[in-house]
Amino acid sequence: MTGLLRRDLGRLAAAAATVPATARAQSGPPFRIGYSMSLSGGLAANGRSSLLAHKIWAEDVNAKGGILGRQVDLVYYDDQSNPGQVPALYTKLLDVDKVDMVTSPYATVMIAPSMPVVMQRQMTYVSLFGSGTNETFKYDRYFSINVGGDDIKGTYASGFMEVIGMLPTPARSISILAVDNEFAQKAAESMRHFARQKGLRIVYDRSYPPTTVDFTPTLRAIQATKPDVVFFASYPPDSIGILRAMSELRFSAPLVGGGMIGPQIASVQAQLGPILNNLVSWDVYSPEPTMDFPGIKEFQQKYRARAAAEQVDLLGNYLQPFAYAQMQVVEQALKRVGKVDQAALAADMHAQTFDTVVGPLKFSALGEWVEPRNLFVQFQGITDGDLEKYKRPGTKVILAPAKYKSGTLRTPFGQGG
Amino acid sequence: MEFDLSLLLNGIVSGLLLGGLYAVAASGLAVSFGMLDIVNIAHPALMVAAAFLVVAVGGAIGLDPLLCAVLLSPVFYLIGVGIYTFYNRFFERRGDEALQGLAFFFGVMFIIEVGLVMAFGPEQRFLDPSYAFTTWRIGEIDLPLRMLVPALFGLLAIGLLYLFLHRSFIGLAIAAVAQDAEALRLLAIDPVKIKRLAFGVSAMLACIAGGALIVVQPVEPSSGQIFIGRVFAICIMGGMASLSGAIAAAFLFGVVENVTATFFGPSWAPAVAFGWLLLVLAFRPQGLFGRAA
Repeated sequence: MTGLLRRDLGRLAAAAATVPATARAQSGPPFRIGYSMSLSGGLAANGRSSLLAHKIWAEDVNAKGGILGRQVDLVYYDDQSNPGQVPALYTKLLDVDKVDMVTSPYATVMIAPSMPVVMQRQMTYVSLFGSGTNETFKYDRYFSINVGGDDIKGTYASGFMEVIGMLPTPARSISILAVDNEFAQKAAESMRHFARQKGLRIVYDRSYPPTTVDFTPTLRAIQATKPDVVFFASYPPDSIGILRAMSELRFSAPLVGGGMIGPQIASVQAQLGPILNNLVSWDVYSPEPTMDFPGIKEFQQKYRARAAAEQVDLLGNYLQPFAYAQMQVVEQALKRVGKVDQAALAADMHAQTFDTVVGPLKFSALGEWVEPRNLFVQFQGITDGDLEKYKRPGTKVILAPAKYKSGTLRTPFGQGG
Repeated sequence: MEFDLSLLLNGIVSGLLLGGLYAVAASGLAVSFGMLDIVNIAHPALMVAAAFLVVAVGGAIGLDPLLCAVLLSPVFYLIGVGIYTFYNRFFERRGDEALQGLAFFFGVMFIIEVGLVMAFGPEQRFLDPSYAFTTWRIGEIDLPLRMLVPALFGLLAIGLLYLFLHRSFIGLAIAAVAQDAEALRLLAIDPVKIKRLAFGVSAMLACIAGGALIVVQPVEPSSGQIFIGRVFAICIMGGMASLSGAIAAAFLFGVVENVTATFFGPSWAPAVAFGWLLLVLAFRPQGLFGRAA
């Protein structure tokens, strides 16, 4: 009896040692993609919704058999929207967790501190919504998922200039107000560049600190200059403050908008409702027929089904499809190269065009999009804060660039608009 | 920007309205920081937490945010009592209230922010009462109710606090604890008990300020951070332990910020406002209404 038991135990031990080994040989260890993401702090709203998009991508890929025959495992840490946390997290991902690939956190301010670590390990790096991050580093394995292109100053406001050209009466003056941060200052610089080029008189040009609570006095000062065009470069809390103050002051001008971050976000759209009417704002995506890329509807359907439970943006009309596309670029390059070879992956990303849910992408030598795609959309026909209308065409009409144009400009903004 | 009387008047009026929000935000701190000497850096975070609760409860039952804040204020009183009890037990009683106490309240602030993200998500929250979209006009002067109603509501709350501190026995005991805690023991009053009660009142005021804040602007978990510098500066400028000084400083802060933003651009507004703080402290180190030692 004892002998039998020993023999049986021995067989069991052998089986236990063999079966997982066989299974490992068939599917291999999980393919680990590591990154930090802002899951708390000021950038958490976009960080958490990006994470949901990544999870949906991982589930889609794993359902199709994974990458290189291995199931995808996302390894992520909360950087608390604190750039100081980022280098240590990427060092941990690469040296302790030993992930196969790294991708970036969300936003320039978080991507930049990760760059030295990533460059030191010579990793191929696909970033999310960095704005001109590689201008300084000039890292040849950096690839950006953002619509800006190589030359932000020379391209960012070109679409807004196109819209100015659509005004029934030619514009003569412009006011510029930008928040004190890198992205907004670049946007404002681009606007100044085009305004001078086209002979628009700049009648107000100021910055404001991100801690501004009340925008009423600033807007009253702008109102006193009676500009034909008002260009704002602002972040979400400020955009809301600016637009509400404009509504209270009954501010009206033929064209108002610019590089405002906020009107793209579902909760802001719900809050501001008809205040958004006729605003012309920078954007990256709108559910118009001109942007009906393969796979985007399916992605948004999955995203929207889970957004409420995950307490993230309910629509997924902003950076969420781009977060999904970020991982599609990694996936497609790995499938083509067939192995985790950072140099070969970078070479592939430079050479190939990627088919993603945000359309076909090709990267420049600097890793930015060869064809910039700064959209300028106009909010039209809004009567309330109901979000259903933002799922359909016709609410966020694309005015520029011409390739994606889906409607005509309505003027003025404000009273009577 | 050229001088324009209408711009100046509107700058002053909008500054006073903004000052009303600052006043209610600073009044709670005037009690905890000014009177109790507790550097409650988490006070603005408590205010934002209250704003989130107002959105949750007010949104669910369709109640005005300001009334909702009044209903929720007893809950914040209890939270304040709990926080002070912990602080007293582990820091104040040991004589560690200076640096370690500051670290404690920094930790409380961080826990509140992360807790709000976990409970409500990181998205901005708002609860707009119907009057928030109305603006009264008196001649050239604009009075947006989004700013006016919370300012008046805040002043009413501060008025009640003033009466409580000056007319009730407990209020006088709180004022006494600010001057000499040990002397209270001679009257058989436990200073810890009075401080606990006062800290609860301070947290109640954070709740009232949260209700005012959500009418003025949407909030996100980290919104409190933009108020930390302002509310402490207002308390110091007004004179520690002086409620009326804090109110005057709040209005001065609001008016200086908005008039500067109107004529010299918003970038200069905080610099000039904090410059006033330095100026006041240079000529009156005890603050506008504080008493010289």
